Amino acid sequence: MIGNLAGVLFDGIAYGSLLFVISIGLSVTMGLMNFVNLAHGAFAMVGGYACVVLMSRAGVPFLATLPVAFVVAAAFGIVLERTLYQRLYKATHLDQVMFSIGLVFMAVAATTYAFGPSQQPVRLPDVLRGQVEVAGVGLGAYRLFLVGVVAVITVALHLFITRTRFGAQVRAAVDNAVAAAGLGINVNRVFGVTFALGSGLAGLGGGLGIDVLGLDPTFPLKYMVYFLLVVAIGGAGTIKGGLVAAMVLGICDVAGKYYVPQIGSFIIYFLMVALMIAFPAGLYGRRA
Amino acid sequence: MKSNHASRRRLLQGMAGAAALVALPRAAYAADPVKIGLILPMTGPFASTGKQISAACRLYLQRNGDTVAGRKVELILKDDTGLAPETTKRIAQELVVQDKVTVLAGFGLTPLAFAAAPVATEAKVPMIVMAAGTQVIPQRSPFIVRTGFTLPQTTSPIAGWAAKNRIKRVFTLVTDYAPGLDAEKTFHGKFKELGGEIVESVRTPLRNPDYGPFLQRAKDSKADALFVFVPSGEGLAVMKQFDERGLKQAGMKMIGPGDVVDDDLLESMGASAAGIITSFHYSAAHESPENRAYVDAMTKANPGMRPNFHSVGGWDGMHVIYEALRKAPNGTGEQLVEAMKGMKWTSPRGPMMIDPATRDVVQTIYLREVKIVNGQPWNIEFDKVENVGPGGV
Amino acid sequence: MNDPGAMASAARPVASPSVGALPNDRWRPFEVVAWLLVVAAFFAFPQHRVLGSQILVTGLFALSLDLILGYAGIVSLGHAAYFGVGAYAAGILAVHGWGEPISGLAVAGIAGAIVGYATSFLVVRGSDLARLMVTLGIGLMLFEAANQLPSITGGADGLSGISMGKILGVWSFDLSGTTAYVYSGVVLFVLFVVARRLVASPFGLSLRGVRENVRRMPAIGVPVARRLVAIYTIAAAMAGVAGGLLAQTTQFVGLDVLGFPRSADLMIMLVLGGAGRLYGSLLGVAVFMIAHHFLSDLNPIYWQFWLGLLLVVVVLFARGGILGALAARRERALRR
Repeated sequence: MIGNLAGVLFDGIAYGSLLFVISIGLSVTMGLMNFVNLAHGAFAMVGGYACVVLMSRAGVPFLATLPVAFVVAAAFGIVLERTLYQRLYKATHLDQVMFSIGLVFMAVAATTYAFGPSQQPVRLPDVLRGQVEVAGVGLGAYRLFLVGVVAVITVALHLFITRTRFGAQVRAAVDNAVAAAGLGINVNRVFGVTFALGSGLAGLGGGLGIDVLGLDPTFPLKYMVYFLLVVAIGGAGTIKGGLVAAMVLGICDVAGKYYVPQIGSFIIYFLMVALMIAFPAGLYGRRA
Repeated sequence: MKSNHASRRRLLQGMAGAAALVALPRAAYAADPVKIGLILPMTGPFASTGKQISAACRLYLQRNGDTVAGRKVELILKDDTGLAPETTKRIAQELVVQDKVTVLAGFGLTPLAFAAAPVATEAKVPMIVMAAGTQVIPQRSPFIVRTGFTLPQTTSPIAGWAAKNRIKRVFTLVTDYAPGLDAEKTFHGKFKELGGEIVESVRTPLRNPDYGPFLQRAKDSKADALFVFVPSGEGLAVMKQFDERGLKQAGMKMIGPGDVVDDDLLESMGASAAGIITSFHYSAAHESPENRAYVDAMTKANPGMRPNFHSVGGWDGMHVIYEALRKAPNGTGEQLVEAMKGMKWTSPRGPMMIDPATRDVVQTIYLREVKIVNGQPWNIEFDKVENVGPGGV
Repeated sequence: MNDPGAMASAARPVASPSVGALPNDRWRPFEVVAWLLVVAAFFAFPQHRVLGSQILVTGLFALSLDLILGYAGIVSLGHAAYFGVGAYAAGILAVHGWGEPISGLAVAGIAGAIVGYATSFLVVRGSDLARLMVTLGIGLMLFEAANQLPSITGGADGLSGISMGKILGVWSFDLSGTTAYVYSGVVLFVLFVVARRLVASPFGLSLRGVRENVRRMPAIGVPVARRLVAIYTIAAAMAGVAGGLLAQTTQFVGLDVLGFPRSADLMIMLVLGGAGRLYGSLLGVAVFMIAHHFLSDLNPIYWQFWLGLLLVVVVLFARGGILGALAARRERALRR
């Protein structure tokens, strides 16, 4: 049973890592620009399909497609931000919700047109297939890779936010955009770059997740709840919060489905409600 | 999709032609066009089902002409998203009241068929169920005729095969909705009857399922085989986890009805699907002149798409409608249903019949193994059970 | 995360046309026209009565959401929970032999109210995002619960075999949707009048006060939590009645009545029409459902694209939904 527990924990951490890398962009965007962007999953989907296109049409190996996924999604992000999102920063949250859902509908239909409604396959390199024995427990090689990649990204993000000048500008803008602008920070540019970065990370997550979460045109709608959960439970605008929330969610989801399959999904929702009532602004939210 | 535009143009041309025909002076009595109301999930999570069936129906119309018994045939395709039974019912009502369809057809999922059944009964219109697989569906209306398959029908033979082939302990995984429960009940019943043991059984949700933890549990159970039933379209997700967690390396076989190795997705599953044994009513690799012609025509009309079991449900549905019209050219709904009872013919899948008592399909179920042929995985048939009824016997 | 008042304040309705006039309950001409249109549609589009009845049912559902979203400022992504509870209540009642429609509706409403009351305490506190997630969570939990109890709810295959008796012993439900349309229309009108009276009353005004500035309300003696619980329960009851209406007019209850897409679509319809105006809910529903129907007929596979485009365009060029934008335009014209 202990062996199982370790395996389940590991699986949960892998799942949580994936959720984290996709949702962190949404968390920062919501905390920074106060914009409820329910279309965030669409950027992840864009990254995923970029990987698929490169793999199937150009024969590019999987690992090499991942950076491209980041870039493509970030490009989509910056273009949409400059043309459309920017106009709606001052709009009500309801209008933002309607706008982003409209975008999702368009993305889903356009993707169905271009790629068909079926699930997309991914050809993993042989080194990432199968299992690896670690301390007597069989761990999925691909999931190990996932956890590794996300750990690197998390550290990089942390360093970026805390050690660079731009990171300091982001933190300032998250705390108080007006004051930050008053200090001479180009808040507009901060928004744009952050949005692009968040979308890029989502795209990378989408590519990484093809094997675990699957990829089809309804991806943004299917997983929207999970991304929102990570942001709500972790607290918008924090990286630590997003990480903890994603891990908690991932582990509880996997463990729930493994140990009590009958009510597996019920547990997640119950946990969500309980956590939201106990921590209305999220675990690490600014207003507890 | 471009083929959709092309077929819409063809449909419009057909309608324009029909209008022109009506304008010409007629000799014998004027016959109304036959309108077939095709209600399918063209969007949403079950869109692949709708895509396959609509492609097959359009192909049938193209290959067999759009005139039957002196009447012009018109396909009216409607999307019900597959998610809202009230929408299916409303579309059925509108087709019957507004468009005055001769036949209702399609129905991608069981709750959708359940919701629409009363409409068929009240309007006295034949309802051809081409996809939904729960056994009780034809009982919901005397106007329902099924041309697809039922879960007990496709599940029972694999239970028999497993029991005869040194598989003693099985872990079962099904999706939690009526066809899944049908499959689970049939497999458990038959397998235990033949002396097998069910180690454990789990059910996954219909929406947003995540197979990882369940497959891990299956692996930990150390059963001889894993019995899987998931709706068409989900097979790839199951396969990914089966592959990744090394169930095959651990010596576990995957068995089940053929939904998990849906031809639509089999190509994407690649070599990891090799060795899966299933029992099913249709394989795109079925060796017969009818099927070879069918697969060729479908692939030509829809490049990149391999026809799957849903598509033959659509094809044979059209066949049944055409044949019934030939027997009763201006028949009422009841007369058309009567004409369909007892129909026997050779479909691309093999021989099949509509049982007059249950209005359900009786057909040959094949045992197949996934083998790599010319670099692509196919379901290669190696055995068969003939005349399997809707109950699995 | 965000000032609770700020989010909903931008959705507030414009006050009476002439600034300084006291709120009153007199029927304005456009309202009379709106209801006449509902009646006219019955006669003008006899082929579309089924669609019409479903628009009316969803309109009632949207009205109930407007009460809590537009007027009290509670953002809910799980309102379908009460709709579903009402639908199942009416459906289960009918399956077990009680086919009388009006009493069935009453039971549906009561069921919605009970569940609404029980969950209201979870919703009256917290920020917007917290409430969003809590309501979402409640909706999803109820969905799972219904899925796990197929003996009661029919599970994923839905509850069928509902046969309804005649309304008031005279009218039975027919295939063309005539009875359904009139039945839904009458129920919607009655409850609409109730809602209208409610929002124009001191109770309703206090709700608007809560939405605008929740911190100041206790200072003038308004028990905020109690008011919110009250309106939430009323809205849940109304949603329950709408669910019961759907169950009775379609004689089927699918699991989707409790699903997240239903709540999300409803919120979109309300925002499209303009929240906080009562009529915005009906207009939004009508526009959305008619557009969906029309686009889906034109292109069964890709209609979602055009619908999404419609939403994006409306947001970019018509803030506050259709009615909100119209009101803003009128304001600007009046000021000139």
